[in-house]
Amino acid sequence: MADLTTTFLGIKSPNPFWLASAPPTDKAYNVNRAFEAGWGGAVWKTLGEDPPIVNVNGPRYGAIHGNDRRVLGFNNIELITDRPLGVNLQEIRQIKRDWPDRALIVSVMLPMNEQSWAKYIPMIEDTGADGFELNFGCPHGMSERGMGSAVGQVPEYIQQCAEWAKKFARVPVIVKLTPNITNILPAAKAAKAGGADAVSLINTLNSIMRVDYDSLTIYPSTDGKGSHGGYCGPAVKPIALHMVAEIARSRETRGLPISGIGGITDWRDAVDFLALGASTVQVCTAAMVYGFKIIDDLVDGLGNYLDTKGFASVGELVGKAVPSVTDWQYLNLNHVDKAFIDQELCIKCGRCHIVCEDTSHQAITATVNGARHFEVIDAECVGCNLCVSVCPVESCITMRPMTSGTDPRTGRAITSVKADWTTHPNNPGRKNA
Amino acid sequence: MTDKADVRAGRLDGEKIASNFGDMHPPLTPSEAIIDADRCYFCYDAPCTTACPTGIDIPGFIQKIRSGNIKGSAHTILSENIMGGMCARVCPTEVLCEEACVRNTHEDRPVRIGMLQRYATDPIFEAGTPLFERAPATGRKVAVVGGGPAGLSCAHRLAMLGHAVTVFEPKEKLGGLNEYGIAAYKTPDDFAAREVEYILSIGGIDVRTGLALGKDLSLADLRKDFDAVFLGFGLAGVNGLGLEGEQLEGVANAVDYIATLRQAPDKTSLPVGRRVVVIGGGMTAIDIAVQSKALGAQEVTMVYRRGQENMNASGYEQEFAQIRGVSLRLWSKPRKLLVNSGRVCGVEFESTQVPGETYTLEADMVFKAIGQKILWERLAETAQILDLQKDRILVDEERRTSLRGVWAGGDCVAGGEDLTVSAVQDGKLAAISIDHFLKDNGLRSA
Repeated sequence: MADLTTTFLGIKSPNPFWLASAPPTDKAYNVNRAFEAGWGGAVWKTLGEDPPIVNVNGPRYGAIHGNDRRVLGFNNIELITDRPLGVNLQEIRQIKRDWPDRALIVSVMLPMNEQSWAKYIPMIEDTGADGFELNFGCPHGMSERGMGSAVGQVPEYIQQCAEWAKKFARVPVIVKLTPNITNILPAAKAAKAGGADAVSLINTLNSIMRVDYDSLTIYPSTDGKGSHGGYCGPAVKPIALHMVAEIARSRETRGLPISGIGGITDWRDAVDFLALGASTVQVCTAAMVYGFKIIDDLVDGLGNYLDTKGFASVGELVGKAVPSVTDWQYLNLNHVDKAFIDQELCIKCGRCHIVCEDTSHQAITATVNGARHFEVIDAECVGCNLCVSVCPVESCITMRPMTSGTDPRTGRAITSVKADWTTHPNNPGRKNA
Repeated sequence: MTDKADVRAGRLDGEKIASNFGDMHPPLTPSEAIIDADRCYFCYDAPCTTACPTGIDIPGFIQKIRSGNIKGSAHTILSENIMGGMCARVCPTEVLCEEACVRNTHEDRPVRIGMLQRYATDPIFEAGTPLFERAPATGRKVAVVGGGPAGLSCAHRLAMLGHAVTVFEPKEKLGGLNEYGIAAYKTPDDFAAREVEYILSIGGIDVRTGLALGKDLSLADLRKDFDAVFLGFGLAGVNGLGLEGEQLEGVANAVDYIATLRQAPDKTSLPVGRRVVVIGGGMTAIDIAVQSKALGAQEVTMVYRRGQENMNASGYEQEFAQIRGVSLRLWSKPRKLLVNSGRVCGVEFESTQVPGETYTLEADMVFKAIGQKILWERLAETAQILDLQKDRILVDEERRTSLRGVWAGGDCVAGGEDLTVSAVQDGKLAAISIDHFLKDNGLRSA
């Protein structure tokens, strides 16, 4: 099988799967179980100054479920570790000693003053941990105290804290970014400017899960009141992938090592992050939903995939899809796709028809010669992929590029010459071709 | 031949009997219902809905189960089929909605539509939740002859539309075959009666039992006294074997004994033969065969003149009977009832494939289940003034008979499917047609 060992900022791990800084990494007991199960590394749950913070004694988590009660989205209002610093440091030291081959990173969250960083960074580094991750991401609770996402939303603060961390640390420093911003690039640039060795993303998104339909209060709540929490799980993966890809492809940030986080549940999710530029991935929600055993499929599935693709190592996959991500204005407007329905696979549910009919382009039949039959009308199909997205049968509807002839919808001849918006006649700001 | 017929009650103890007559398919739990509901693809122009004789919006009601809107789900069902509760129990879904389910294409396992329909409707009947209101009274009166599924469906829709309805029923209880004709294990806990009660609770329906057309009522009088008449008197007659000895002790009509079974509060008191022969291949034959077994008969044999694929009972029902221990003998017709001491003691059958080849089945009881018919001899007046087709009443798409102001539906009309669900649809369509007729002041041709 392909080599899954990973070296990230010089930190080695037997596979690219680290547990993210979160409840599963709050104690030696849990981390020990994770490493026994096969996880490649762990980012210890965020340490802060002593005395430790406190947590609520009511619900910390909420979830959005599919109808089969699968967790699609998850949120939490748990703060950073609520255990004394000394206990955490002792346990981190022991774990690193017991598991020298695993990556052990410590997440930290400290206030905006240099003395704190000067005091705590060396103290934590003394445990033998492999690196730091600066928590500039948590959107709940700590942000009200000027930390977490309150730092991550201001590039100047990110840069300042990164500089302090680098000043007092000898091991690598990763800056964890918050997605609660409009553009991830200024934050990533600030981390880089502050000397950070890498970024990790995303942290959780500001969220309210729902209301309680009986009491008409926020749900979940503690004694009738609730606060917004951090949203994560499969539902946030597309947001994370976009942000990872932006950092990977932008001129000013490309090359900055990335640890990808956000909704990774099986090995395919990991492939998404790796191919879009991350070199390791971090997982929390899936472990909190299914337990540590999911590492079996993550490792095994990724290994088999790399073998199938002929890659000898994880490194060969990293960034493979980045060149395919571009700006809309560079998409080839001369390319024409048409949907195609495989009649052998079609179960005749009609979902493709009704969504196209009601909400799109009236390009799929419901009947042909009086019989129930779903077929694409090429003269109407704009190739939008809606039917592919809603069809319940895998691979029944596919998009097929037209390579010759004339597009029956527009009457224009198919050409292999590319043309995009930058030169399109309708673009008032077009460049001359 | 054994000398003495072995027919007696109490072959099984009360506990075993209760278990044998218990709910054939216990209702879904909430988690089972959600999982099954989630399997529905919410098809466009759904094939299941097309396959439902009453046209229930099946994806619509299943979506409402998914969202936790159970009351709305029941409303979606009952607004098309007021007997949606009974149909959820007795419909041959395997040849209707569930056969049409697109999940069959690749998985061969449809969404359990019937079970979901029961899940959605059970709470409504348990709590008696009113879902329908009467429109303001129109001052028009309609007579409904027969208080079975067709008549009750028609009466309920007419009441909803504001008309005053009088239901005439010869038997003591309303419900027709739901009350007297369906196997007990399909509708335990007196569900048929509870459903009737729910239907009547809308108000505006006057019930007159113990009155039969042709005996206590005449069609001419009804037409005079009411603005419209709906006939849904079903099939009161039973086809005979045409053999000597049909009146012998031990020979019975399946429908009669099924009615006795349904009405018996204590089933351990019902006598059943050690060896039972059932002649016929429809649902009635299945119901009496399985129930004979449930009462403790040792050998129950269903004999049918053609092959399994020709039986009116669905494949699912045949399999169910076989699982319950009923044997099937095919391609055979009865030739002679054998007698011993004035009682039936067996039946001689002849092969319908190899003429002249015969065999004998010993029997302590013989049930006839070869179809029912309208007792025209009691309905001479009606037979004279209505157009018939194959001895049943001819109706058009709106269930209008050839006689102005008279509609008909259910088993007594030509072209019917002999299903509760079809009868309900007949009653509903007739009520809508009657409503149009009455609101046009009878000007519309009817």
